[in-house]
This record gives sequence, C-alpha cells and structure tokens, in this order.
Amino acid sequence: MIDPDHCPPNWPNPDEPGALAGIRICDFTGQLAGAGATKILAALGAEVIRIEDPVRQGKWDILRGTQPFVGEHRGIEAGGSFNNHNAGKLGITLNLRDDRAKELLRDLVAVSDAVTENFAAGVLERLGFGYEALRRIKPDIVYVSNCGFGADGPYGSFRSWGPIVQAVSGLTFQSGLPDLPPAGWGYSFMDHTGAYYMATAILMALFHRRRTGQGQWVDLACIEAAGTLHGAASLDFTVNGRPARRSGMPNSNRSQSPAMAPHGIWACDGDDEWVAIAVRHDDDWQRFAGAVGEPWTGDERWARLAGRLAHEDELERLVGSWTAGRPKHEVAGSLVAAGVPAAPVLRPSERIDGDPRTRDWGLWVTVPHSAVGDTRVEGLPVRLSETDWAIGRGAACLGEDNQYVFGEVLGRSADEIAELEADGVI
Amino acid sequence: MSAFDASSPASPRPLDGVRVIELTSERCALAGKLLADMGADVIVVEPPGGSPMRAYEPFAGDEPDREQALWWWHYNTSKRSVVLDLDETDGADDFLRLVSTADVVIEAEPLGRLDAAGLDWRQLGAVSHAATGAAQPSTDAGRRNERLIWVSITHNGRERPDPPATDLTVLAEGGPVWSCGYDDHTIPPVRGGGNQGLQMACHYAVATLMAALMWREDSGRGQLIDVSMLAAANLTCEFATYFWLNQQVDVQRQTGRHALPQISEPTQVRCADGRWLNTGVPPRRGPEFVALSGWLDELGMAGECPYTELLKLGESYEQIDILHLDADPLSAEVFGAGRDTINFLAERLGAHELFVGLQSIGLACGIVYSPEEMLTDEHFVARGFPVEIDHDGIPVTYPGAPYRFSATPWRATRAPRLGEHQDLLAD
Repeated sequence: MIDPDHCPPNWPNPDEPGALAGIRICDFTGQLAGAGATKILAALGAEVIRIEDPVRQGKWDILRGTQPFVGEHRGIEAGGSFNNHNAGKLGITLNLRDDRAKELLRDLVAVSDAVTENFAAGVLERLGFGYEALRRIKPDIVYVSNCGFGADGPYGSFRSWGPIVQAVSGLTFQSGLPDLPPAGWGYSFMDHTGAYYMATAILMALFHRRRTGQGQWVDLACIEAAGTLHGAASLDFTVNGRPARRSGMPNSNRSQSPAMAPHGIWACDGDDEWVAIAVRHDDDWQRFAGAVGEPWTGDERWARLAGRLAHEDELERLVGSWTAGRPKHEVAGSLVAAGVPAAPVLRPSERIDGDPRTRDWGLWVTVPHSAVGDTRVEGLPVRLSETDWAIGRGAACLGEDNQYVFGEVLGRSADEIAELEADGVI
Repeated sequence: MSAFDASSPASPRPLDGVRVIELTSERCALAGKLLADMGADVIVVEPPGGSPMRAYEPFAGDEPDREQALWWWHYNTSKRSVVLDLDETDGADDFLRLVSTADVVIEAEPLGRLDAAGLDWRQLGAVSHAATGAAQPSTDAGRRNERLIWVSITHNGRERPDPPATDLTVLAEGGPVWSCGYDDHTIPPVRGGGNQGLQMACHYAVATLMAALMWREDSGRGQLIDVSMLAAANLTCEFATYFWLNQQVDVQRQTGRHALPQISEPTQVRCADGRWLNTGVPPRRGPEFVALSGWLDELGMAGECPYTELLKLGESYEQIDILHLDADPLSAEVFGAGRDTINFLAERLGAHELFVGLQSIGLACGIVYSPEEMLTDEHFVARGFPVEIDHDGIPVTYPGAPYRFSATPWRATRAPRLGEHQDLLAD
C-alpha cells in the first residue's frame, strides 16, 4: 500500500489529491481501448505508470506518431490522439527481451495495485507475466486484460480493433438506414466504450480488494461488452423470436423502442446542415404543431402516435419540407422553446470551439507537453464536489519518467539507471 | 479455462453490501444495472403507475403490459422495486428513510424538482468541504448522510439549462451523429443504434462513483458527482475531436468506416450470401501475402484469381508503407491486389466463412452480425456470454457479463415487478 494521499509527481495540486490518490497502476495499455481507461484513472488521481518498448520506440501503440499531429510537429511525440489518451500518466521504457528489465517489472508489480493491458490475448503471458506469474509476485494484484474476443474461446486467436469489435457485436448492423449498406459508427466507438468498461472493471476489482484483500483477473472481451449495448433488441429476439435482421431494418434515425414519430434528422439551409427532432408523445406533437404553424400539421391523422406511425414516410417528407431552407439553429431553437426535443447536428468545430456549453464545463483542457508545448486534450464529463478530476500534463515522452520511477519508486541509484539506459534495458 | 468458472449464487461480488437508491429514469437505468449485476443492492424507486420505461416497446408477446416491457427487463436486472410518490408527504418520508440507509443515490430528475421538495443532495448530502462547492442550506443537519455519494445525471450539469432532450438530440449536438452515415452527403447523417447517448453518461457515472467509493473508504466522506450527458457525448467522438483539437480540421462521414478529413478506401464488402464483412486493413506484410496465397490454394481458387502473381510479389515485402503509396506505384499495385483478392473471395464465399478464414490466417476482419447473430455465435456461447435468467420458472436468454471477473463473477436476476419489494419500507 502506498500513502493514501500520494499524488503522482505530475498532479497539478498536491494539496487536493484526487479520489484515487494512493492507487498505482502498472500499465501496458495502448491505443484508445486500453489507454482510454487508465486516462480516466489518472485524471481521478491514480499514479498510472505506462510501460513502453524502447526498441520499437513505443510504436506498438499505432497512435504514437500518427495523425492527427499536434500542429506543425511530427514524430513519435507529436501524435495528437496519443497525447490525448495518455495525458496525466507517467511514462517509462522497459526492454522486456532483457532479464534486467523483467526484474524491474517484477519490482514495479510488487508496488502496484493493478496491472492493465490490451494486447492480443496471451501476449503478456508469453512475456512471462500472465496472471499466475503476477500473483506470485503480488498475491493480491488486480489484473485486467482487454481484447476484442477475450482470453479464450474458439476465436481466442482472432485479432480486432474498434471497427471489427463494432461489426461482430451487432453495433455496426444496428446503425444505418433501410436498403443501404451498414453505416455503422464512423469511428472507434467501442474503443471509447471498451475503455469505459475497463476503467469500471479495474475500480470494481480494486474496491473488492480494498474490502477483502482478494485480488483477481478480469477478462474483458470488448465484443461482449458491446453485445450488452443493444437495449431491448436482443431480448426481442430471445423472447419474441423477432430478429433485428428483418425487412425495413435497421432504421436507426427513427425510434422503434420506444416508438416515437416524427423522429429523425432533416436537412436545413446550407451545405450538409442538419437538425435532429424527437416528438416523444402526443403532447409533444401539439407543441410541435404550434411551433411549426403550417396547415398540414392540423391533419387529424397526426394527432395520435398510431396515425403518425402509420404514415411515417409522408410525415417525414412534410417535416423535411418545413426544415428545408431554414437555419438549423433556428429550427432547433424554436422547437426547444416550445418544449420539443431538438438539436442541430454539430460539426467538431461547432461543438468544440463554437459551443459555450463545452467551454464553460472546462471540457477541453490545455496542458503542457515536454516536446510539443501546450496542447489541448479532453477532460471528463463529470464534476466531483470533494475530489475533482485534474490533468496536469500531456502524454509522457518516451521514457520521460524513468528517473522518478526507477529511482524514487524502485530505489535504483543514478548510476544504475545510467547503466540500464546505456545497455538498452530502459 | 479454470480462472473463469461460472458463478454460483454463493460467489461474492465486488459491490456486496453497497446500497444504491435509484430514481427510475431512462437516463440512469444502465448505471444502476451495472452496479446491481455486480452485487450492489439497488433499490429502484418508481412513481405510482410505474417507471415510464415500463411503457416502452417492444413487449414480451407484443402485449402492452407494464410487467412485459423488454426495455424494463434489460435495464433493470438485479434491482429491487419500491413505489413512492415523492410529491406526497408519506412518499417523501419513505424516500428520506431509504436515503439514510444508502451509500449511493443515482438520479436524473428534471433540474430543481428534488430541491423544491427538500429531497436533493443540497438537503441530504454531506456539507461540502470544498471551497468551490455549491452553497448548501445549513438546516436539518439530522437528515444529512455524511457518507452519501450522490450521482446526478443531467443534460449538461446541475448549474446549466435543462432543455428537452432524448438520445437522438444528445448524439446530434454532442458530436457522434456528425461522424456517422454515408459517402453520399445528401443522405442524412445517422444516429448510431442502441441508445448510446444515454449509456455514455452512465458509463462515466459508474466509473466515477467507483472512485468516490474508494475515496470514501479512507476519508469516510461522500460527495456529489455531477454528470453531463452532453459532455459525455462530446468525449465519445474519437478522431473527429482529435483532428479538430490538433489540426483545426473537420472530418467527413464515410460509409461504414472512419470519418476523416480525406476520403478513404471502403472497408466493407458484401459477401456471396448478401451479408457484409469489415475487411480491416488488407495485407501489408510479406507473411500475410504468403498466408493469403496459401488459403487461395487450399480453396482451389488460385487458378481463377487474377491477382495471384501480384500476391507473390507481396511475399517479399517486410511491410508496405500504406501512407506513401503515391510515391511507389508497384507497392500500390501489390497492396491493391491484396484488397482485390479479398473482394474476389467475397464474391464466392459467405461472410462467416470469409471472416473465419481470414482471421485464421492472421488477417484481422469482422463479420457484420446482427445482435441475435452475435448472441448465438459459437465463440460467445462457448465463453458463456448468453445467460439464462429465471423469470418465475421460465428461463429467458439475455446478453450476459460485459466482463469476466475470476473471483467475483457478474450475476443477474430478472427485473422487479412494480413495487415487488415494497415490504422493505417496513424494515
């Protein structure tokens, strides 16, 4: 156990430790699905020590040194996604081909609360640090592994990343319009969400250990985590025998569960400008009709949900005839003022630098980075009244915290560290 | 694998002994479920007549019935239900008594409703020690529970406006919708399915409250966790956000693949059985070309495949630099041959055969399954992902654990009937 008030050296205000002060994570995660999890823990005050391979310059994580780059900077310290996902963590290097690096890793595991990774299944075990080995080093260690298909099973050797996880889990299928190919998610949604599940799993296992002294292994298969996210659709199959793969489906801009109409996304004035509107019930319809104020809204067929659903195609065309040529903010604003859920579809530029709501929340945090200067990274969508989150620094440069971790945490002398460095061990 | 034996009713769970009071709402139901399935005693408080979720389609047997709503079943496993009318004195008193026994309250009520009734964090939570904490009335100290953790999920935090909003509108203004859809931008952008706009906030709420529970173990103090749905959506947009933060450029949506500033190659291919496959990144390394050629041979298709010779050339590459294909026409041709070969195979094989075949030779790809196809796939069945939950003698198959804990496995029971656990108010 380290001091419960221990703040990592890069924590911005040692007088106000985070909720997870005193927790140390020995972290092999990368990309977003793993690194996104320990980023949350770091922002909540844990000391996250991220381990990279000096031989490959940490490029197992493909986001290290790939676009989008920070401004005009290029190279392994300039990957903007990497900087975001690893902000607030410490960074060390270990060349695990060398026995001296393995000894350092054993020493680090011995003073850590959890070991986290999102390699392909079995990689850490082949390095000699599977769960049984970790437990021999520290009997109450929490070990959380995260990969697409999980640690075992018929597809145990299959590999994945976000879009593959989304495809196999059903998430891609469920996102699209009728008679078109799957639209899916236009990004690695499950890298984010896999990271959320991973952060939760680490903390639940640590909480259990805090209360009982018992460690454990958590096997997180991102595809299974994704398979829990379909709401009622899976049960509609298992209970009613109604598959999601059926005529007219998916149609994810409409709302079948719960049934709402009109419900969708319509074109507005301008190039690629859109508004989303959700009429939840008959009361919303009356408000909607009042705000629109056009004769067609008085048609009796629209007064009840059943009528709106029965003629939904026609209703959607009428709604589109009203939104067309109107500015999206004006359409959304008039409906919200009337009490109807509506929102413009916002571009990144609009929601990040044009929406005072995200700015006022403090969602985009400017942090220093040792190689590329000040950068902007994502904060957290929560505020804690007693132990709020904080991010004091961007991602560590390769091996940036070797002195602190090998020296202060593991007790190696400056001479020893210099020798390890000269020998390519760190 | 022995590390992950199926759970038994006797297995401990990490949140045993943690009591959570959840005010029912579609905005926080997943948060309560995540805690309840890991052992927390989650008491979901419903208004007279029941949670609005009990009226959401679809229903078991397609008969509208508040006990048969599948949405309710899915999001409320492992919870207990009591009915309270918070607008009446008796109901409010019962709520206060429940909160005095609780470790955590989770609510997503319209802003100001609980405060007006004297039932908010401001009246019931610990007096804030933080200098920046919102002012709290000092009266009724006896009602306060110093150890209480209060999770409040709102559109954009407790200090800001609370407009009418749904999953769709949160995803539209929060960013995800911009990135999803089709190459053809006359087609509207698409809302990703499954109510993820509601679920994103729940994920952050649960991770954060677990941290607050950890902190309380040492400090003995609870706190307020203020969760913004709009902010959670903004933080779940991946490259759209990183391209803007770092390069000040907006990404463009593209069919079935990443939205990027530039137009990329398609990654979905329709297979001989009409189903789709996400091809991932086509072969780039020598051994991958060797494996692909070998599989073509095995299938007896090498002769008719027009790309066989180019695949042979690929075998000598350590790794094709796919970011600089413009500068190297031969590499571009070889890389294209790998992609074309996968398309050639897709015209002749079903999606599942192509998926398993490519993965078995080391090429990462994914079949586009519907939810029920994932749930019945042999891999996930072998791992025990689909689980049967007893509904009064009738087993019902559900998606199971999102994570497998070796010592404290996930375990779920059916969602409660309306007011099924009213008796616990008599304790």
